[in-house]
Order: sequence, then C-alpha cells, then structure tokens
Amino acid sequence: MSTAFFYALVGVGLFCLGLYTLIVQAHLLRKILAFNVMGSGVFLVLVALAKRTEDALPDPVPHAMVITGIVVAVSATALALTLMLKLAKETGKAELAGEGEE
Amino acid sequence: MTASDYLAALLLISGAVFFLAGTLGLLRFPDVYTRLHALTKADNVGLGLVVIGLAIQAESLAAVGKLLLIWLLVLLAGASVSYLVARGALHKGIRLWKR
Amino acid sequence: MEALGLLQWCLDGLLGLGLLWLAWRALACSDLFKAVVLFIAFGLLMALAWVRLEAPDIALAEAAIGAGLTGALLLSALARLRAIQANGTIVIPAQQAAKVQLSRWLAGTILLSAAIGLGYAITSLPPEAAGLSAEVTANLAASGVGNPVTAVLLNFRAYDTLLEMAVLLLALLAVWSLDGLPTAEAAAGPVLDTLARLLTPVLILVAAYLLWVGADAPGGAFQAGSVLGAAGVLLLLAGWRLQPSLAQLPLRLALVAGSGTFVVIALLTLLSTGRLLAFPPAQAGTLILILEAVATVSIGVTLAALFLAAPPGHKEKL
Repeated sequence: MSTAFFYALVGVGLFCLGLYTLIVQAHLLRKILAFNVMGSGVFLVLVALAKRTEDALPDPVPHAMVITGIVVAVSATALALTLMLKLAKETGKAELAGEGEE
Repeated sequence: MTASDYLAALLLISGAVFFLAGTLGLLRFPDVYTRLHALTKADNVGLGLVVIGLAIQAESLAAVGKLLLIWLLVLLAGASVSYLVARGALHKGIRLWKR
Repeated sequence: MEALGLLQWCLDGLLGLGLLWLAWRALACSDLFKAVVLFIAFGLLMALAWVRLEAPDIALAEAAIGAGLTGALLLSALARLRAIQANGTIVIPAQQAAKVQLSRWLAGTILLSAAIGLGYAITSLPPEAAGLSAEVTANLAASGVGNPVTAVLLNFRAYDTLLEMAVLLLALLAVWSLDGLPTAEAAAGPVLDTLARLLTPVLILVAAYLLWVGADAPGGAFQAGSVLGAAGVLLLLAGWRLQPSLAQLPLRLALVAGSGTFVVIALLTLLSTGRLLAFPPAQAGTLILILEAVATVSIGVTLAALFLAAPPGHKEKL
C-alpha cells in the first residue's frame, strides 16, 4: 500500500470518528470540534488521492479545492461558535433543547 | 554523504535530542512553572541546532536568513508566551510546587 | 536505499496513527479546554501530513488558519462560554442512559461498516491516476504564474475563489447580524503590548512576502491573508480597537474590496471576451497580482473581524 492510500485511509478514519462524535455528543462545542475533524478527514482523502501521479507533481486541482475548503471551514466555525454563544446566553446551556431527553 | 552532510545530520539529531528532553520535562515536571521552564529552554536550543543543521544544507544565503528569522521569531514568541502563561497561572492561583 | 524507505514508512505510519489518536483524544476528552488544546495540536500534525503529501501550500494554510486561527476562535469562544454560564453540567437521568447507550451502539456499528466500505472503495481505486496535472502543466505558461496551485486557484478555477470570498463575507455578515457578545479578556500587560507592537510590522512584511512569492513558489493570497488575520488577532488581544472614525466606511471598504474587485474583473472579462473570468494570457499575471493583493487585505480584515465577532460600534460589556 503506498503512502497515498495510507493517508486516504487515515482520512476515512478521521471522518468516521468526527461523524460519530457529532452524532453522539450533546455539547455544541464538541460538535463543532467534530465537524472540523470531519473536514480534515475529507481534505486528507482528497489530497492523498491527488498524490497518485507516477513521477509528475501531484494534481494541483484538489490542492486548490482543499485550500478553499480550509478557509470555508474557518468561516463556518466562526459562525457556528457565535450561534452557540448566542444560544448559551439565551438558554443558559450550550446544548440544543431536547438533546438530553428523547 | 559528504562531511557537511554528516555534520548537518549530527546537528539535526542533537536538536531532536533537545526536543525530546523538553517533551520529557513537559510530561514529568510537577507544575506549570517548571514545565514552562523545561519547554522554553530545551525547545529554543533544539530549534537553534536544527536551524544550524539546515543552514549548512541550504542552497542560498537568503534561505539561511529566513531560517535565522524563523528561529528569532520562535524565541520571541516562546519567551513572551511563557511569561503570559505563567502570569495567567499566577492570577488563577496555581501555586509554585514546593518539594 | 532500503533503510530510507523504511524510515519514511515509519514516519508516515507514526504521523497517521498520531493523527487518529490525537483526534480521538480531542473528541473524547471530558475537559473542554484540554479538548481544544489537543485539537490545536491535531491541526499542527495535519500541517506535517500535508508536507508529507507534497502539498506545501496547504501546509501553510493549515498551520495559519486551521491550527492557529481556529484555535484562537475556539479558545475565545470557550472563555466567553465560561463567562456566560454558571455551570455547564447536564445530568442524564438513569432511565435515559440505556436509550442513549443503544443509539451510541447503533451509530457506532453503522459508522464502522461505513468506514470499512469507504476503505474498500478507496483501496480499489487505481494506484496510478494522472488526474488533471498534465493539463495544468500544459497550460501553466499561459496562466501568468509559475505555481500550479496559484494558477488553479486564481486562473483556471477563479470562479471557485470568487465564491469563496463571498462565503467569507457572508459569514462575517451573519456574525455581525447576531449583534455581538460580551468578551472575557483580561487587561493586556506590557509584554503582550510590546509583543504586538514588535510583531505586527514583521507579520505585515511576512504577508507581503508570501503574497509576492506565491506566484512561483508555495504561498499566495490565502496564506498571506491568514498571516494578516493573525496580526489582527494579536492586536485585538492586546486591547487595540479600530478608531470609530475608521470603523464605518474604510473598514467596510476593506472587507468588500476582495469580492468586489473579483466581481468587477469578472464582469470586465465577460464583456470583453464573452467568457466569465477568462484572462488574456498577456495580462493574466498582472490581473492575478491585483486580485491576490486585494484578496489578501480583505481576508486578513475579515478573519480578524470574525475573531472579534462584534459589529463596529458595539459596546463591549461583560
């Protein structure tokens, strides 16, 4: 297995770890951490698969997409954190209503 | 592997040894202040050795200048940040470890 | 050299396993502060992984934005959260615990099978795939820059970058429309003050260098913009705020300049050549430099404004 596939599998693992935490944890800050880890996993898969060129330079199009993705992820994180803080100020706790009970 | 390659490898490895010592200090020392001490001392020297090792193998004088600038910035940031962390810890009431 | 291959394999293996382990510890940690710090360390290890995958542009962006700026945002939000709520513990009653356990097991098994399926799908991909690197290399001379990633970002797929600048602006507008939150910062001492004074010119110089060198070497507008954003965050932490006279029109001009210039140039290319964002090869280099320069300023100001999270004129109170 080459390095490209190894890092792609690590990316899959990160994605699934992040998704599991996003589903299972109730606290909003942990959910935000989880979707950042998911994003990193997806970027790893993209860039690892772009390294499969034989001797030439790696494919630059996924690299550009991942740079765009990192910037979009930080803006989404900033917005999500502000929403979480607003929710905490209104309700007193940083979890969605009805999250602990079902 | 020429003589300069061996010298660079030796400097890089000794830099790595200093980083290892700093990390051991981070894990084993008893409180915030001693850990900060271990981190800044060992990591600054370690980075300096790594920078010298890389400078030997650099392809131009501009690259050497950039590496030195990186080391200076890390020194500056490390010193200020460890002061800020220690001041924050003191304000929070974390007391110094006494034997 | 056999030993070198084995050494590289050890390095890659340790890095990959370290990423997985750090992510698991960051997500499963019970203390939120520890979780955020572990996440910052995870971001730095990701930057190393990008270097191993021959993606230095992404490594620069990840270290500055993914580890640095996201870490600053998370820590600031955590401090504000602690200031807002008295205690943050939620007790799940006993009879709910069984139901939560069942849903965890269900989610776990479904995700494990999904992971296995994805892993199988990835490993059954062809081991060699040229992708688009041949086309990019063939057209690189006509793109106006020498760095293939910059060429893709600002020439071949400039439309994506236009939309990305709009997304940044939109996120800032959304954060501003939520009308600001109390900050929980302590007063800056002399060390932080001096550090901010010393480092801001250096960071501006580094940003200009990254912008300039991004045409032919790893670097570019996003990396430079994130370094400017870091300078802005440092100033904000040292207690500096924009003067009210500058916070109305000049601030808004700086924020809109990036996407605005992009839209204007897109319209010009549409009117002159009939195709959106098709740069004529003779002027492509200059156009890309103009776009990158304005984008750098916009990105830096937007990231710093996202960190502050308060619209101009908002009175900060705890």
